[in-house]
Amino acid sequence: MKSYKCVIIGGGSAGLAAAIQLKKLNIDSLLIEKEEFLGGILNQCIHNGFGLTRFKEELTGPSYAERLVSEFMALGIEYHLESTVIHLNKDKTIEYINPQGVHKIQAESIVLALGARERTRGNIMIPGDRGAGIWTAGSAQKYLNMDGYCVGKKVFILGSGDIGLIMARRLTLAKAKVVGVAEIMPYSNGLTRNLVQCLYDFDIPLHLSTTITRINGNQRVESIELSRVDENLKPIPNSEFIVEVDAVLLSVGLIPDNIITEEAGIIMDPQTKGPRINQNYETSIPGIFACGNGLHIHDVVDYVSEEGDVVAQSVFDYLTQSSSVPESINVSGDANFIYVIPHVIDKNKAVKLKFRIRRPLKNVKVRVVSGDEVLMTLPKTQILPAEMEMIQIPLTLLQKVKSDLRLEIIV
Amino acid sequence: MKHELTCIVCPRGCLIQLVKEGDQYICSGNQCKRGEVYAIQEVTEPRRMLTTTVRIEGSKLKRLPVVTSKAILKEDVFKMIDILEKIVLYAPVQVNDVIVSNILDSGIDIIASRSIKKDA
Repeated sequence: MKSYKCVIIGGGSAGLAAAIQLKKLNIDSLLIEKEEFLGGILNQCIHNGFGLTRFKEELTGPSYAERLVSEFMALGIEYHLESTVIHLNKDKTIEYINPQGVHKIQAESIVLALGARERTRGNIMIPGDRGAGIWTAGSAQKYLNMDGYCVGKKVFILGSGDIGLIMARRLTLAKAKVVGVAEIMPYSNGLTRNLVQCLYDFDIPLHLSTTITRINGNQRVESIELSRVDENLKPIPNSEFIVEVDAVLLSVGLIPDNIITEEAGIIMDPQTKGPRINQNYETSIPGIFACGNGLHIHDVVDYVSEEGDVVAQSVFDYLTQSSSVPESINVSGDANFIYVIPHVIDKNKAVKLKFRIRRPLKNVKVRVVSGDEVLMTLPKTQILPAEMEMIQIPLTLLQKVKSDLRLEIIV
Repeated sequence: MKHELTCIVCPRGCLIQLVKEGDQYICSGNQCKRGEVYAIQEVTEPRRMLTTTVRIEGSKLKRLPVVTSKAILKEDVFKMIDILEKIVLYAPVQVNDVIVSNILDSGIDIIASRSIKKDA
């Protein structure tokens, strides 16, 4: 069995960054990618706004990917395309399949840069017919931007996440009519800038507290039934209205893709749907690390690549240093938080906490608390569920922490 | 005149207040200078970056993603789309190649936003 110092699973913006950084630290790795190209989802995200933090300029998705891929190639890092990992085992053996056959390799360390999947009609159980023309927003994006096929002429989009909003503009520019966007929540789930330049610019209506309650059309989608929802997100009887469309796009969320992670018995976080991690982005199996959208869903790619950099350093430390016993602190958030990561941190290492909140908040303070001692208070004019927030916790503060660290929102 | 607008320059999306006093604009809420530039531009002469694709032949990929070299006038968006729809390119293309120069006499170029190799 061939063995590697480090195997990186996934060749998108997280995995590529990790591989590049590892090579710079003189660690050779093997990168395994299931598609026939590197760069992941960025290749189909042709809009711009990527790279402001990492490259200090505004790039399109494909340009951002090309920067990473060029750097990766120039470093001569080993990689396999069209290779899907089918089993990840506790002993850090990996089985993958590609056109050449089935392979089993041994890794000393592993980086999970697995990316995410889109939630589908099945996940949200929309009743009705099963005609052609029902797509996840990301598939429709790939067809349009990479293959040149437009999924419909009269399109409705369910979900106001960023991919849905970006696709509303994209379809409009491709001369399809975007009839509207519905969002079940009373607020939009996308970045505000995308609401402005993707919907308002083209007068595309956004229906808040509204969802699709039926899809009609046996051969091809013919119409959809929309209903208003109450505060419990249940459709309100007699609020239905019918809209004629020939395609429906679903932009109803991303789920970290962790089938192989769960199979390996790695402990998961039911909120992020990614693995639980410590401050080194190490999972419950020592030597297996996670980053990017496979860990938790990001809205800015620069932070995905940054996690790849952080994980590379952790892999380097794991491979080269004798492990010291960390002074562990558990991290949590109050009821306002969907999640806070890392789940466990080391008292002796400065850390950046990342979190998402449940509902939009204005003019609040985020407080960092340990026991009954307040360590830090940060005023925030606006926090949105659509945007991941970060707080840097300096080492000097961490040393005052007793056993746990808690984030609280103060109105 | 008072305007409240969300900055679209970067994903941070600052909420900007813009007040016109005489000939002067007073800008607040922006976290960087680009926000002020955007806000004044938006209320006087709105501009957008345009990204779309053009047809390409001789490669596995069927579309080449392109981007404007600078923000274009909002009213020119569909005029440029009409021009770009008619273009057929042949691989190979290098990232940052100029696909259309000085489109609509705007002084702005249409640029390839990735490289595409020629496939046999």
